[in-house]
Amino acid sequence: MTGSHVVTDENANSQAPMAGRHPMTGNRMTDEVTADGHGFEEHHYDVVVIGAGGAGLRAAIAAHDAGARVAIVCKSLLGKAHTVMAEGGIAAAMGNVYADDNWRVHYRDTMRGGKMLNNWRMAQLHAQEAPERVLELEEWGALFDRTDDGLISQRDFGGHRFARLAHVGDRTGLEMIRTLQQRAVELGIDVFMECTVTQIFKDGERVSGAFAYWRESGRFIVFHSPSVVLATGGIGKSYQVTSNSWEYTGDGHALALHTGASLINMEFVQFHPTGMVWPPSVKGILVTESVRGDGGVLRNAEGKRFMFDYIPEFFKSETADTEEEADRWYDDKTNNRRPPELLPRDEVARAINSETKAGRGSPHGGVFLDIASRRSAELIRRRLPSMYHQFKELADVDITAEPMEVGPTCHYVMGGVEVDPDTAVSIVPGLYAAGEVAGGMHGSNRLGGNSLSDLLVFGRRAGLNAAYSATRFGVEPPRVSDTQVREAAAHALAPFSVGGGENPYTIQRDLQDIMQRLVGIIRTADELSESLGQIEELKRRAEGLTVEGHRQYNPGWHLALDLVNMLTVSECIAKAALERQESRGGHTRDDFAATDDFWGQRNLVLTQGAAGRVELNHQPLPVMPDELKSLFEAK
Amino acid sequence: MGYKLSLRIWRGDHFRGELGDYVVDVEEGEVVLDAIHRLQATQAGDLAVRWNCKAGKCGSCSAEINGRPRLMCMTRLADFEESETITVTPMRAFPVIRDLVTDVSYNYEKARQLPSFAPTPRDADGKRRMMQVDVERGQEFRKCIECFLCQDTCHVVRDHDDNKKAFAGPRFFLRYAELDMHPLDTNDRRKLAQDAAGLGMCNITKCCTEVCPEGIKITDNAIIPMKERVVDRKYDPVTWLGSKIFTRGDRGSREEVRPREEA
Repeated sequence: MTGSHVVTDENANSQAPMAGRHPMTGNRMTDEVTADGHGFEEHHYDVVVIGAGGAGLRAAIAAHDAGARVAIVCKSLLGKAHTVMAEGGIAAAMGNVYADDNWRVHYRDTMRGGKMLNNWRMAQLHAQEAPERVLELEEWGALFDRTDDGLISQRDFGGHRFARLAHVGDRTGLEMIRTLQQRAVELGIDVFMECTVTQIFKDGERVSGAFAYWRESGRFIVFHSPSVVLATGGIGKSYQVTSNSWEYTGDGHALALHTGASLINMEFVQFHPTGMVWPPSVKGILVTESVRGDGGVLRNAEGKRFMFDYIPEFFKSETADTEEEADRWYDDKTNNRRPPELLPRDEVARAINSETKAGRGSPHGGVFLDIASRRSAELIRRRLPSMYHQFKELADVDITAEPMEVGPTCHYVMGGVEVDPDTAVSIVPGLYAAGEVAGGMHGSNRLGGNSLSDLLVFGRRAGLNAAYSATRFGVEPPRVSDTQVREAAAHALAPFSVGGGENPYTIQRDLQDIMQRLVGIIRTADELSESLGQIEELKRRAEGLTVEGHRQYNPGWHLALDLVNMLTVSECIAKAALERQESRGGHTRDDFAATDDFWGQRNLVLTQGAAGRVELNHQPLPVMPDELKSLFEAK
Repeated sequence: MGYKLSLRIWRGDHFRGELGDYVVDVEEGEVVLDAIHRLQATQAGDLAVRWNCKAGKCGSCSAEINGRPRLMCMTRLADFEESETITVTPMRAFPVIRDLVTDVSYNYEKARQLPSFAPTPRDADGKRRMMQVDVERGQEFRKCIECFLCQDTCHVVRDHDDNKKAFAGPRFFLRYAELDMHPLDTNDRRKLAQDAAGLGMCNITKCCTEVCPEGIKITDNAIIPMKERVVDRKYDPVTWLGSKIFTRGDRGSREEVRPREEA
């Protein structure tokens, strides 16, 4: 019966809160409505989801399906979130290409990729549920590339034992976000676009709502909601060279911290080994790992495939040590080991860094990524159309004829809100987190392809549980007080009240410089201490910054508010990085180069203490059950 | 090497505005969006502009550059003479919110009206099968980054706001075609495309195809085939007879759908 997909009558009810505004942007063009004491626009929902990337959309769909009234609040237009930038694919052990693949193999790869610091339960749920989440996307209209049998095709990626990534050329993120977006629209879920949340309210210990402003008009909104899902993505904008967009200012991390939740693993920041390095205006833009998955290799200025010199002990048994074996692996995975170009990202990024430091880099300070000499032009254009387009348009490089120049770029933060693995709830009742803003799933380093699957698996879990929790607040729903609202409004308007101060863009630029230089790929105690001092100084400067213009669509004001989050998150990263005296995954210490079992048993947990100071504590790692431990013993 | 670029940028809101003259330092290899960002960071902190990925993947930074609808992040300064003044104005087909930011809610309204994908059941093993060759047509259309430049340039609505109610525009004809060509979909949206979406108002001037930054052949591969399918449905006597004799629709298991109600 196809009619059920067409009927829209049920949607009429969910439209009610949006009356009088643009049906999709939700933006109100008329004067604001005075409700009660504070006079701001107000909305009541069961679940408010902050962020409209893969995790946010999946959470909203799940909460809606569980019967909740749901709102999505996002800083950009619907469909523009950073998920759209994901290229390679969604890791899921569907076994379409290699029948031997199953969740246990995926689980093992994920844990080893994260250097065993992952929350074991999250990694298990992720590996078990990812295949069904992918099939669900197909149910909602996604058109994945196919195998010869007509099944969803799966491609090779770093750290994965088998070809496992469901993909659409090299634009998988676009396919995923469009599919989820179209599904959310079909379900009639309210979307507040170009709307930024500045604060989460609590009534006692429980979440009660959120405070936000319309970017378009600068007007404020109060959301009343017993459940809030953070799906705000990462923190990359705190670095100079990053693949992340302006939205990635660590809003969810900072909101969680201010609301009383805890952050874990913040010292682990992933530098993707291959970002563009030239021209300067595109420095940092991602070059997908699929280039290597599809046969591309890394060479230094001498033309040498240098990755063979950087195979760590930990991965020796599963990595090819000759070019011949590595090249055979693409067609025969049973009898050959993986090429070292497909080691986990942290390993490859460090190797590139060493090569350029040793003076064997490319003209513009990267290394060469060569697929032109190894695959046909036709295959490259078919498998990597966006890369072809991107290099052609932005760098004047034809990747079917010449090598690309690439270097590490800040890509992903493994750290995030500490959550319960099964329900995605933080330590604050009613506050959930999913996707990049949540911590634990990826340990010290994330494997490529595990992000998109993470968004789907934990987005759904967060949405379901947030909806469930919204019905269990006891007798009285949690309330937002007028005083809380007035304070939140005053706080948001503070940047307009100072005259003659600094421009927020200058402070942002200085922060990016500090993080890049002192809290980058390779770290030392001295530099990290220095960074903390400088971040303090920036926080002081930020208190006196000035915004010109007025509240209507004012990017200067928006940045001033986002900047506070960036400073908070940067402090967390530097603090945890200084504390962890070892090297592991996305945290490399020049002064503590070895991986250390002592540190392998603990997470660093950050909370906001009295007087707003960030506090750091050690916490033992959850213990993996024996049946899962056994997966790492054999062979 | 670096030089001083002259920029004219439209500054204003829904009610009033004017072109502002600026001179900004630019570097080799930069794009128009870089120049706008530098202007924002150094001279005009409140200059409103939408952007996200800065790599031609999200479709946020649409504007008109010297009158031509383009993505600011994919328009290289090297394509212009250093002495040339570059004029950047907001997309003309949509109401201005502020400076280069326009109200594109028209597109989101049209998206809501489109009956969504309704697949056949899964195969016995819980999976679905489609051949690569059959998904490729739809995949071309799903490359769309929703920059709305095709909507902006389409003369049916560009200077005729009144037509917007009855006309979904090239972006959504693409979507109709994608679903109509989906191997597993069960809806028949041809009548809808013609009646509610205004496919008939398009007279295939191919302006949309010309401005598409993804190079999607909107007119040739989506609109024209869709028009042909609509004609098939309307005039083919055999099909007509078939639809009277058989209980199913005229094409396999597809069922004709009604429009989603206006939001």
